[in-house]
Amino acid sequence: MARAAVLGRLGCQLGTLAELKPETPRVSSLYLDVPKWPGHLAGQHVDVRLTADDGYQTERSYSIASAPEDRRLTLTVERLEDGEVSPYLVGELRVGDKLEFRGPIGGFFVWEAQDERPLLLVAGGSGIVPLMSMLRHRASASRKPPARLLYSSRTFEDVIYMEELARLAAAGDGLSVHHTLTRDKPSGWTGYTRRIDAAMVKDVAWPKDTMPAVFVCGPTSFVEAAAQLLVDMGYEPRWIKTERFGATGG
Amino acid sequence: MGFISRGFRGRRRDTASSSRVPPGQYTVTDFPVLSAGPTPRVNLENWTFSIEGEIDEPKRWTWKEFLALPSETVTKDIHCVTKWSKLDTTWKGVSVDTLMEGVETAAEFSTVFSDGGYTTNLTLDDITGNKAWVAYEFGGQPLQPEHGGPVRFLVPHLYFWKSAKWVRGIRLQKDEHPGFWESNGYHIRGDPWQEQRYWGD
Repeated sequence: MARAAVLGRLGCQLGTLAELKPETPRVSSLYLDVPKWPGHLAGQHVDVRLTADDGYQTERSYSIASAPEDRRLTLTVERLEDGEVSPYLVGELRVGDKLEFRGPIGGFFVWEAQDERPLLLVAGGSGIVPLMSMLRHRASASRKPPARLLYSSRTFEDVIYMEELARLAAAGDGLSVHHTLTRDKPSGWTGYTRRIDAAMVKDVAWPKDTMPAVFVCGPTSFVEAAAQLLVDMGYEPRWIKTERFGATGG
Repeated sequence: MGFISRGFRGRRRDTASSSRVPPGQYTVTDFPVLSAGPTPRVNLENWTFSIEGEIDEPKRWTWKEFLALPSETVTKDIHCVTKWSKLDTTWKGVSVDTLMEGVETAAEFSTVFSDGGYTTNLTLDDITGNKAWVAYEFGGQPLQPEHGGPVRFLVPHLYFWKSAKWVRGIRLQKDEHPGFWESNGYHIRGDPWQEQRYWGD
């Protein structure tokens, strides 16, 4: 199934919104029933296509948040106030509505649990979404490598999947989760409270001699900084897979 | 017409530019960055640009030699497969036609290769005939590293992943060898006007 998900022609899919779950004030997860979903790999995305009644269409790409093993396809979408598509997905779309999309897409920024290398995930903001698919996939795998997540958010209330991440880390299966907040310092907070830097990366990242598999996702400036810090630490650039989104989006 | 998204109105394109925006694209005013790995550090001291492969005498320019080549300033619309298009972008660089002057080759295909190991395949027809440049300035400024600086390929009539960042040369080939994204689900040619985004499009 896994490779088939990457190969072949990408037809249009129609999913039905089964559940809409607010994750933060600006972010919601869309749980979709998709009758003919071909399966996907953790880290892939879909192209959502919206069509107005006069035929006008527009498309945007959204990372898949669910694991390949999950029953429903999940997209987690950040509402951008000046966006065209995200305010529709998070605001207008209701349970029972249908959503058209193509996918799964992308054969590079993907991870499978049989990869035995230690896993390092580095997320900025909603860049957590494709990495969450990887963590959910990892959680359901019988054999899994050790994993560490470094996740940078603006404020405490901007942290997506806070409870689920705590639950996954508490499972005792070799995952540790490290948060940093860049604009907030809530009382009782034990995580970092600064932008990602060399000391933080050194604390969290696997030693370079373990030759880890690394996925970095977030806004461009975050990904540039994080990837550079890892290269400075001695990581080979080819271990590091990145996915960036600019200020635009939808 | 098929499916309609209930309650979706959408923004309308302004009519002046709509004929310049390929199907499925929307325009942006900023310049998003997409790359698959860390931004490589490029040392101009030992930087070269090469044309190799199906060619009797491989050609090679140092940075200084490259800057001394006749340059062109072009204003082009660019289209990323992730759906954004940016209109009227201005680039300065060397036309591939200039680099290919005097080259005799049986090749019909090419692989453009970059620092960091990135490759993309292009037919010779798609990079010659005033269609492709090797650019080192964007908007009148040196090209920034995250946008492919010091030098990136520019082939604006195809999706922008074909405009390889941190480009180091062109390998001329008799056969078509899919490049990085072309091996990872993306279309072998990538014409935005035909929406050739993915395999099978």
